[in-house]
Amino acid sequence: MTTEIEELYQEVILDHSRRPRNFGELADAAVRVHGDNPACGDEIHLDVKFDTSGALEDIKFTGHGCAISQASASLMTMKLKGKSRAEVVEMLRAFHDLVTEETSEAPKTLGDLRVMKGVRKFPQRVKCAMLAWRAVEQALEQGAGEATVSTEPA
Amino acid sequence: MCGADYGMHRIAASSVDWKAIRADFPILREQAHGHPLIYFDSAATSQKPRIVIEALRNFYEHENANVHRGLHTLSSRATEAYEKSRKRVAEYIGAASADEIVFTRGTTESINLVAQAWGGKFIREGDVILLTEMEHHSNLVPWQLLAERTGARLRFVPVRDNGTLDLDQLPSLLKSDVKLFAFTHISNSLGTINPVAQLCEKAHAVGALSLVDAAQSAGHLPMDVRVLGCDFLAFSGHKMCGPTGIGVLYGRADILDSMPPYHGGGEMIVSVALEKSAFKKAPHRFEAGTPSIAGAIGLAAAIDYIEQIGRAAIFEHDSQLARYAADRLTELAGTRVFGPKEERGALVGFVMDAAHPHDLTTFADQYGLAMRGGHHCNQPLMRRFGVSGTTRASFYFYNTVEEIDRMIEILHAAVRFFS
Repeated sequence: MTTEIEELYQEVILDHSRRPRNFGELADAAVRVHGDNPACGDEIHLDVKFDTSGALEDIKFTGHGCAISQASASLMTMKLKGKSRAEVVEMLRAFHDLVTEETSEAPKTLGDLRVMKGVRKFPQRVKCAMLAWRAVEQALEQGAGEATVSTEPA
Repeated sequence: MCGADYGMHRIAASSVDWKAIRADFPILREQAHGHPLIYFDSAATSQKPRIVIEALRNFYEHENANVHRGLHTLSSRATEAYEKSRKRVAEYIGAASADEIVFTRGTTESINLVAQAWGGKFIREGDVILLTEMEHHSNLVPWQLLAERTGARLRFVPVRDNGTLDLDQLPSLLKSDVKLFAFTHISNSLGTINPVAQLCEKAHAVGALSLVDAAQSAGHLPMDVRVLGCDFLAFSGHKMCGPTGIGVLYGRADILDSMPPYHGGGEMIVSVALEKSAFKKAPHRFEAGTPSIAGAIGLAAAIDYIEQIGRAAIFEHDSQLARYAADRLTELAGTRVFGPKEERGALVGFVMDAAHPHDLTTFADQYGLAMRGGHHCNQPLMRRFGVSGTTRASFYFYNTVEEIDRMIEILHAAVRFFS
């Protein structure tokens, strides 16, 4: 087994892809975002509910796709539940750096998400890792109702 | 269809020294992630033999100049070599004349040329373009654009579960309102080989023209456009040992001559005044600007190389590999193999319960195995089979049974890894 592949598919990632957490729909979601990656057919449907302060009170997803996209969504929902808007925006930026910047030190605030670091060695897979994050970004922007987002801007 | 088409040229694949041929491809000595490269992505683009690489080098070192316009020595050499390549292509596919060969950038541009130049002139509101459910996006999107512009309609021949066209539906689909039947020779994700001659005949019977997407077949099996009876045939150089950036549109002479230009510019005109120009005849009418001269010369070298081996032998070799791969994959638990069992082109598409195609191809790459995972520019077909994508292993005459055995080992390892 080579190192890079083990780094990409860490046990935590495989575990989350086999048994995704927060998988399902939110009956009382404020916003639902359909995210897709047309290059490979990965799909994420993200439901978000905000509390009175605008923080993410609850977040769930459904979808299908590769291990990276599904594990990333699962890990993200665990991490973002209860976070304020500002924290989500900051984490989105930090996560994007984590999976794209060769030199980036993984900030401690990312916690478990740091297992996704191996993606940076696989540039073709960055979009898989970012799909759920693009969806949450859209959810914040949208605030209510339904929206779609794609990793390939139309 | 194939049996009928190769007739006299048939050579037993066993009489060819395939190992020696492998040595003609310098890139096959490359390593990927510390493993010997196993290149199973020839349906995307084939590798190039040294003789083609040398032809490009020779052109740039000894003949390079623009074609059809200089009066100097090099321009004559370049023009002669370029036009000789056109003749070579004509012979290769059995065209009546080199005037029936238009050089393009590839299959996609060839089809777009027909959709714009022929379609723009002859297609009216309510006319029907008949396609199939297994078309590559390059033989689908140009027709969608044409339909939007003209009000024409698209109709599709369905695909059966076994990956073949449901030709029982043809009588209700191929009627007199159909002006063109455009279909692929070999499906790039199922490997299905369509009965081209039969389909062209049926198209003609209702007064429709036929267009064959030969991207996956031109370098893989013997073909003669007059035996096939097609009106247009499109293919790419780079999938048949040639360079990228060169492709071919074959069109029957009388049809090409009836079509207006595709792009305007230099090289395609007889005379130009400020308000109006007179255009050359086909094929030059369709080749505005400086063409891929080296590309055409490289393609001719690729054709010489392929013909030296023999297309019948190549077809026999490659389809044996593909059938072997399909059989071995079927043995793997939790694996679904797509496409016809009996006869298939040089590729096999599959999905495994254990891992998504992208995870599988990323994993395989770590062992030096290059495959393609995804929708293969076949989204409607993927939807028809209820998957978002497949993993595809595609072969050419430089691949071996041992490489397929190695692929199976790697896939076993992938199952263990992802399960």
